[in-house]
Amino acid sequence: MTSALLLAADPLYAQGVDLTALLITILKVVVAFAFLLVATMLMVWFERKLVSDMQNRIGPNRAGPWGILQTLADGTKLFFKEHINPIRAERRVYVLAPFLSFVPAFLLFCIVPVSGNWANGGDGTVELFGRTTYLQLADPPVGILFALAMSSIAVYGVMLAGWSSGSKYPLLGSVRASAQMVSYEAAMGLSVMAVVLVTGTVSTHGMVASQAGDGLFHVLPNWAVFTTLLVPFVIFVIAGTAELNRPPFDLVEAEQELVAGFNTEYSSIRFALFFLAEFMNTVTMSGIFVTLFLGGPSGPAPIGPAWLWGCIWFFLKTSAFLFMFVWFRATLPRFRYDQLMDLGWKLLIPLSLGWLLMLAAVQLSGQQNWNPVAVGAGVILMFLIGWSLLRSANAKARAVHLGEEVNA
Amino acid sequence: MLAVDTPQYLPENIFFGIIAFIMVVSALRVVTTRNVVHAALWLILVLAGVAGNFILLGNEFVAVTQVLVYIGAIVVLFLFGVMLTRAPIGADAHLDNDQRPLALVVALPLLALMGYVLWDAWKDTKITEAGPPIVASTSVLSDSIFKTYLIPFEAASVLLLAALIGAIVLARRD
Repeated sequence: MTSALLLAADPLYAQGVDLTALLITILKVVVAFAFLLVATMLMVWFERKLVSDMQNRIGPNRAGPWGILQTLADGTKLFFKEHINPIRAERRVYVLAPFLSFVPAFLLFCIVPVSGNWANGGDGTVELFGRTTYLQLADPPVGILFALAMSSIAVYGVMLAGWSSGSKYPLLGSVRASAQMVSYEAAMGLSVMAVVLVTGTVSTHGMVASQAGDGLFHVLPNWAVFTTLLVPFVIFVIAGTAELNRPPFDLVEAEQELVAGFNTEYSSIRFALFFLAEFMNTVTMSGIFVTLFLGGPSGPAPIGPAWLWGCIWFFLKTSAFLFMFVWFRATLPRFRYDQLMDLGWKLLIPLSLGWLLMLAAVQLSGQQNWNPVAVGAGVILMFLIGWSLLRSANAKARAVHLGEEVNA
Repeated sequence: MLAVDTPQYLPENIFFGIIAFIMVVSALRVVTTRNVVHAALWLILVLAGVAGNFILLGNEFVAVTQVLVYIGAIVVLFLFGVMLTRAPIGADAHLDNDQRPLALVVALPLLALMGYVLWDAWKDTKITEAGPPIVASTSVLSDSIFKTYLIPFEAASVLLLAALIGAIVLARRD
């Protein structure tokens, strides 16, 4: 009974759960899973091809046209390789870890709205076998918090893989991973809160609904990237890249220092699961970026069915981020460990916290009709005070740190 | 808890039984296992069971927060600390120390107190009407935290901040 009500945000379950609703849900699960796997496969190919273009080489070009089936060939090959269990490994945890990495990567995708009828004031629903529903697997009332929870569970895959391998380098990799992910989760959560504040909802469907349509002066779309004034978006992209352990934040698997990092001892399909999870997370995280800041699948639909345009807009927006990730990898050198921690703790967290408070003040002043000049002056004054305090604290910390190094 | 003899809540009661059993077994394993990392992993199972129970009670927000804070942050930090200092694979002979009687002195009165408070609050109340189940939405919950329970909430925050600063002061020697 309660479970039906928990899902009630989707109109599919408005009259309770019957056989049609169940079959539609199963269909959605299968389609979402297949779509995500194919997207992951193409992403691996896209990254390899694009990086080789940027490095002036050819890249995969044997399997299929433009080497597009290369991932499939690699996957098949990995499937037939031997499982190797290191003798010092903790066997049960060692076998469990790849799945802890893979399953949250898929679950994260469940809450991303991939399409829907958003054009001309549509509410994002479509008709599917005579039933009205959303084109997303689930729209839980906790919405985006579910995404944060899943990405925090994904830490365990990396962490336990490193520990259970019974080897030094993977252990170092997993210690780095856990510190990095915990550090950047705070900045990530705070920038998500900025979007929640502006859109007034935690549900991903509600976020897209509030971002659909015209925004400022009927020129810009009403996307959260504009309504939160850009800074939370930039912070979220940086924190998201760190959360994915992608370059320039890939200290977890820094080849020059740690062999292959946490997955050094893994082979065969278990390695493939880690590899897939990494790219699946990249695809899903791009989907989350789009949902939070770029209005998800919303956009104009000039001709043809609106849901098809939703798919096209979602694909284009997501691809832009996937391109950005590859571009990062091809151009940016890896962060040093202390730089990584400094960026997370001394810049991103204070800035996102300050920005959240600023947005809340602006929102409140709009509701209460406060004097805009006074509010603006107050905000600037608070930022200056905060910035100078942080600066002096950083200078002090650096002096102490240097003193320790000189004395040692 | 929900009454057993109301058929409306039968699935909830069955799942509560399963989750409660898993939680009890895991909680026992937390204290009996000979490996620190295994103890942390069993603790995750206990905390996940708590989240499951919150979902059965129709409060998804608290369940997700439970996962986010306890499983996603606190146990990760436990494991981080263990791995940074020592992370033995296999049994560790020095895991138990000789403070068992003291632990018993603390644990038993705590169990008695909590059991008494629960019994005193609910006695043998049963939910018998077949009304709609209560599902607390996120907005209702946040209203009650930031309006009715604002002072306790802020007090808990200040307490956590004090603990945080205390930890930094203890860890730094200068």
